Amino acid sequence: MTELILASVLTVVPPIMTMMTAATPLVFAATGELICEKSGVLNLGVEGMMLIGAVFGFATAAVTGSASLGLLAAAVAGMLASLIFAVLTLTLLSNQVATGLALTIFGTGLSALVGFDYVGETIERIGTVHLPFLSDIPVIGRLVFGHDPLVYLGILVLLGSGWFLNHSRWGMVLRAVGDSDVSAHAIGYPVVAIRFAAVSFGGLMAGLGGGYLSLIYTPLWAENMTAGRGWIALALVVFASWRPGRVLFGAILFGGITIAQLNAQAAGLGIPAAFMSMLPYIATIVVLVLISRDAIRIRLNAPACLGKPFRAER
Amino acid sequence: MKYLAKLASVGLAVLLSFGLAYSASADKLKVGFIYIGPPGDHGWTYAHDQGRLMIDNMLGDHVETTFVEGVPEGPDAARAIAKLAETGHKLIFTTSFGYMEPTLKVAKRFPDVHFEHATGYQRIDNVSTYSARFYEGRYVQGVIAGKISKSGVIGYIASFPIPEVVRGINAFMLGAQSVNPDMKVKVVWVYTWFDPPKEADAAKVLMDQGADIITQHTDSTAALQAAAERGIHAFGQASDMIQFAPDTQLTAIIDNWGPYYVKRTADVLMGTWSSGDTWDGMAPGMVTMAPFTNMPTDVATLARETMESIRSGAFHPFAGPINNQAGEEVVAAGAVADDGMLAGMNFYVQGIDDKLPE
Amino acid sequence: MFRLEPRSTRSYTAAWASPVLALVLTAVTGGVIFMAMGKDPGAALYLYFVEPLTTGSGLSEVAVKAGPLVLIGIGLSFGFRAGVWNIGAEGQYIAGAIAGGGLAVYWHQSESALLLPAMLLLGTIGGMTCAAIPALLKTRFNANEILVSLMLVYVAELLLVHLVQGPWRNPQGWGFPGTRMFPDAGTLPLLLRGQRLHLGSVIVLAAPFIAWFVLARTRFGFRIKVFGQAPLAARHSGVSSGRIVWQTLLIGGGLAGLAGVIEAAGTIGQLMPKISPGYGFTAIIVAFLGRLHPLGVLLAGIAIAVTYIGGEGAQISAGLPKAVTGLFQGIILFYLLAFDLFTRYRIVLPTRDTIQE
Repeated sequence: MTELILASVLTVVPPIMTMMTAATPLVFAATGELICEKSGVLNLGVEGMMLIGAVFGFATAAVTGSASLGLLAAAVAGMLASLIFAVLTLTLLSNQVATGLALTIFGTGLSALVGFDYVGETIERIGTVHLPFLSDIPVIGRLVFGHDPLVYLGILVLLGSGWFLNHSRWGMVLRAVGDSDVSAHAIGYPVVAIRFAAVSFGGLMAGLGGGYLSLIYTPLWAENMTAGRGWIALALVVFASWRPGRVLFGAILFGGITIAQLNAQAAGLGIPAAFMSMLPYIATIVVLVLISRDAIRIRLNAPACLGKPFRAER
Repeated sequence: MKYLAKLASVGLAVLLSFGLAYSASADKLKVGFIYIGPPGDHGWTYAHDQGRLMIDNMLGDHVETTFVEGVPEGPDAARAIAKLAETGHKLIFTTSFGYMEPTLKVAKRFPDVHFEHATGYQRIDNVSTYSARFYEGRYVQGVIAGKISKSGVIGYIASFPIPEVVRGINAFMLGAQSVNPDMKVKVVWVYTWFDPPKEADAAKVLMDQGADIITQHTDSTAALQAAAERGIHAFGQASDMIQFAPDTQLTAIIDNWGPYYVKRTADVLMGTWSSGDTWDGMAPGMVTMAPFTNMPTDVATLARETMESIRSGAFHPFAGPINNQAGEEVVAAGAVADDGMLAGMNFYVQGIDDKLPE
Repeated sequence: MFRLEPRSTRSYTAAWASPVLALVLTAVTGGVIFMAMGKDPGAALYLYFVEPLTTGSGLSEVAVKAGPLVLIGIGLSFGFRAGVWNIGAEGQYIAGAIAGGGLAVYWHQSESALLLPAMLLLGTIGGMTCAAIPALLKTRFNANEILVSLMLVYVAELLLVHLVQGPWRNPQGWGFPGTRMFPDAGTLPLLLRGQRLHLGSVIVLAAPFIAWFVLARTRFGFRIKVFGQAPLAARHSGVSSGRIVWQTLLIGGGLAGLAGVIEAAGTIGQLMPKISPGYGFTAIIVAFLGRLHPLGVLLAGIAIAVTYIGGEGAQISAGLPKAVTGLFQGIILFYLLAFDLFTRYRIVLPTRDTIQE
């Protein structure tokens, strides 16, 4: 009996671990975007910032030989890219949708250009964490304590963001800015400065998510290697109805569905791959409809000023 | 290598006699390449670019090469090909199957330009087709995998369900079965040639399901690296990828297009180019293999012997008897699968635990 | 520090000057990038922005490339004017190609003169259907149209991949993904010998003028403008927001679908796994670069198409990587969006009064 349980656990555990790593870049990017959107700014440039993070992270690691420095560079590069967006939308009051798209197009081009010389190179990857005793516990040990450090960092950032939004004073201010910029300004909060900070955090996280892909997930650089994960992160924020707790669940679902689809194939279940791949997108639309139809509920979660420019009237 | 040397001497002799009329100061022959990916993918496009560089090296005094990278197989392909033709390129290699229709369309507009379309099957007076018998290398890989695998399960990352890929899976399986009749192959279709994260995902999934050797028909090094992370063995694809996974790669099939490219370029220089179909394997050196590494000596020896007998023609990977999945005999004992069957292969051989996608 | 003061009306000088200024500054920035890459900036810029316009085939290719961008861009500008953010034109384009192209796949031996018009019609309806989903969910359930239309892009892409690999795969195609070639009756006729310019380009050229007429001369056009500039006032004067959402999304989707089927029946001649190099997204840039004005969109579409064609020429003649094209497009839009400020605001430098305040 125990053997049977052990055997079934052993078949279930590895796919879950694979799903966790597939979810990690999404966790980073979505957490950043969530904070950004909570402050009332919609940044559609996540894909571009992830690519910029991925390429600068990889280039730094390739030049310095240090993957940790690479991750740092990825985060900084993502943040710098988000600052272009911040200056345009917050200082120059440009349209957020158009500016975000421009950032994605710009990031795709810039990353391909910078990455030109790094295509086909490789770097030393950051290994998995090995905690004495804990990682050696059969079955559970590897599942819980056998990932690379970024998987844990992602979860920590997510939990931290949840705490920040709901329990800290500045988190409350951030939400106030996102819900009613005019009244927040009237009370005396620096609306634009707070939004700058939120957008930069979003860029930092997106860059980190991109760096995770190029430095740890597949330690190489390839043009457009994020393959739409930035857009998925955007969908994920809505799917989670702007609640950090649900981002983790959603990320595992979104990251997991690809893995599940491949698993179903390898196991010989004959479901057309294309239809399984559609599921997360259709699920997002369904969730969006469910949370949007109830006007009161969406008002509780969705930042009311999302996407609207703000100009201080002295 | 011998083949190369012979080719080089023939090429040089021809060029010397030709050199007077076609001196280096005159207009050089412009040779263009259309690539599906970046030359640095270390897979398919990389191999073609190595071929282009060989032209530069050997015929550089008479020839100038150009490439356009990352050309999508869609409306843009015809324009990129036409652009090369318009800018005076007289020989154009289009290096992906999806360029077939655009190549034919443009070729009809430029009757004095020579076109070479890789892996296609439609030819006209100024369009040749060429491909390599990669399945010969796949068979050798199968033999190695069958010897080394402990779990008896191989993970196979496949791109698109086209004859080329199906043929590779079958050859691999036949090779594996020749040393271990109970071998299992798990196949995952990723529907892409180049998407590193997805290729890594597929490798992980296959390893999760018990595969202890990974092989791939996609172009990036991601699957090999994913295997390295878990400490199991894998094969490189299209070029020697040993530097990406020094303790992991068993061997790699190397696409060696260079000699063919040099020969066709020389044909154009000499005015002897004519449309035709070339399907070469190990014998003329279009398919070669990276050194056999990370395996016991006896396995390496067996692999080398298998490779030699394929190269010499003593053995054909698709020698009968071969049964399909339903157990029906498709190639009789003593017979060999003909090129028609190989070129249009749309069935799995017996023992493959997968259903071919419709 | 400076201060921004809203203009009472949009500045027309700024509206027309900013795209020109954006292009000029992009060229300057591009020159700096080329110098950093060790290329001659003058020659490289010539290759990108001028060379495509100097040959007949270049002009023809620019027209072919600009076609889908202009058509989609015009459709989108209706929605953007009214504040309806349809960013899923890529999906609507694919839906149009599927709906219209499917007809040619199904009747692949047809010689009927009706086939092509039917394909164009069905393609338009296909795009509209895809855009009707965000419209329905927006008006009925208040679901954000940005996200719904974006999600549908992926659904449409995957549906196309499934069709050309499965049920619609060419039986003579050796298992490769892709449908049969469309019959002659389902292909847009070419206009010039030896060039790819086809009948679709004429349709594309008519679109901006029709759109301009609709926007400038009809009550519908007026309502869209009012709605975009003052939604509350519009509602008071009886303009229904639901109706505007439906109308603008259907126009955007319909034109994107038409662009999709024109591309499939014009330049490609079949359906393949990938039939768009991101036209639906690039068209958003085109719409903004053209100031959401139909004739502006026409010019912007041509300008962006020139950079594409020029980018390819630069790869062949100067060995410049493909990525530079994307970089240029992003930079153009950044500059444009920055200058956009001046159409709506006046910059006021601090005078003594304001400092004393």
